[in-house]
Amino acid sequence: MSSTADVIASGSEPVDLGWSLWVRQIRAIFRLELEKNFFGRRSILIYLLALLPIFPIAGLALFTPPGNEWRDFNQYSTIYAFFFNGLILRTVVFFGCAWIFMNLFRGELVDRSLHYYFLSALRREVLVVGKYLSGLITSVVLFTTTTVVAMLLLYLPHFYSQSLRFFTEGRGFTQILTYAGITALACIGYGAFFLVIGLFFRNPIIPALLLYGWEWLNFLLPPLLKKISVIHYLNSLTPVPMSEGPFAVVADPTPGWIAVPSMLLVTLLVLVVAAYRIRHLEIHYGSE
Amino acid sequence: MTAATDQLIIFDDVSKFYGEILGVNRVNLQIAPGITSLVGPNGAGKSTLMNLMTGLLRPTRGRITLLGMPTDEPERLFRKAGYCTQFDSFPRGLTGREFVSSFLRVHGYDKKRTSDLTEIALERVNLLEAADRKVAGYSKGMRQRIRLAQSIAHQPVILILDEPLNGLDPMVRAETIALFRKLASDGLHLIISSHILHEVDMMSDRVVLINNGYIVAEGNIHGVRDEMEEHPMQILIRCDQPSKLAAYVFAQDHVVEARLHEDRRGLFVKTRDADRFYFLLNKVVADGEITLESVAPVDDDLSAVYHYLIGTEGGSA
Repeated sequence: MSSTADVIASGSEPVDLGWSLWVRQIRAIFRLELEKNFFGRRSILIYLLALLPIFPIAGLALFTPPGNEWRDFNQYSTIYAFFFNGLILRTVVFFGCAWIFMNLFRGELVDRSLHYYFLSALRREVLVVGKYLSGLITSVVLFTTTTVVAMLLLYLPHFYSQSLRFFTEGRGFTQILTYAGITALACIGYGAFFLVIGLFFRNPIIPALLLYGWEWLNFLLPPLLKKISVIHYLNSLTPVPMSEGPFAVVADPTPGWIAVPSMLLVTLLVLVVAAYRIRHLEIHYGSE
Repeated sequence: MTAATDQLIIFDDVSKFYGEILGVNRVNLQIAPGITSLVGPNGAGKSTLMNLMTGLLRPTRGRITLLGMPTDEPERLFRKAGYCTQFDSFPRGLTGREFVSSFLRVHGYDKKRTSDLTEIALERVNLLEAADRKVAGYSKGMRQRIRLAQSIAHQPVILILDEPLNGLDPMVRAETIALFRKLASDGLHLIISSHILHEVDMMSDRVVLINNGYIVAEGNIHGVRDEMEEHPMQILIRCDQPSKLAAYVFAQDHVVEARLHEDRRGLFVKTRDADRFYFLLNKVVADGEITLESVAPVDDDLSAVYHYLIGTEGGSA
């Protein structure tokens, strides 16, 4: 075709097969995936989910509901704790992570474009790491922003000067960082689970809903079973203790120094399962 | 590992089943450098063989190695191999240039080398001008070419191409075949699947005929044809006295049919032993009884072999 295309095929370089190559490859995958996560056609749902808690809180800023608790600054940490647990953590972060991480592989199988990665000189485990990191950064950026903005938006319109002092001089700064940290940890944990679900199931919605049910029913489970969940460890870290209702089975929260490493360890194990799975994955687009 | 296996693509008793459905069965092949074409009807198992070769599928039984490398180590394999699949799909939102360069970055090349290799690949497939347009806006032929560019961009020594001429116009098709020939002359392995038999015939060093998951024949097309004793070879002899020639050849036990051409200036002969027939022909000419104009085998091409072995007409352009 080209008269000047005279470079003889060599199949050479890059020849180093160690960490530096893997880091370069992870960065390349990360860049490609991050663009898809933030600007792809599937990203609209993520933005809507991230904005979901902002609308009711913005409404509260305009119309304060009746009731004394809404006029007592000290009650706001409890109100936010419920809000965070019920809407942000269990709904936005859960479904957001489900969408982002399940689509990392399942979405590419549906789009019939995963083979381009599989046909690159790339360890498939490296692909898992690159994709997971891109999903993690996407979810952490979006959902910690939601967490922080929602908290500020709840406090500031009602008690502006008191809130400023709370966030700059009082416990507020620690609380906001803790909530952001819990959100990030939720993305780490849920992300790994959903990535694996997307690799194992052709229709990942059903296992995702089963996981959702398990997480919601966590308050009814006996203490030992509670520990087989992500939400238990996340709730153990919340800065404001919450009642789980009259029917809840009470269990001691897991201390932070156990909860965080446990979550990270489980995440690592789940990613090892994902790496094993991807190493043996075949591409049958016809059956997707 | 011997030096020979380092140069070959080897299928060692390879089978692939999709549940109970047969993909390919008991495939034993050794493919040397040059252009090898996989030929067979739709669903014969050509793409399955290619997907097995590149690790997109795993064999149910048997082992495949490419230049001594197993197919389950993509990090090694795709330093040497490139595969242009039939899947007409792309990562969304990328231009042609971004598509090629992104996956070179995934290979691990630095920015400068990526840029150089991208330019070379785009130039090879004649897509430099359209390189900065979104792939989504490309015609079918351009999409085919950009996939080809992506598969050759890292300059592999094994190139596997699933129906690479599909969707190309005649001019680009000819250029692409020329490119394949150039790559083969550089010492590459080219494995090409195609259903356009005359093009396969034109460019291939050897063919692998596959049907219903089984290898029906393999090798140089003329060698394959010679071994088909149950189908006598048909030869057209143009000469001044075809009737007289017919009388000579009828006396031979290896000749099964002789028929005059419609214009009565030639003779079709079917023989079970082409070598003996040519020897006879030389003798007749040497005796000066008949003047020959031309001698040409009529069914010594891929199309005829395909028809005899697979039983249907092969495709055409």
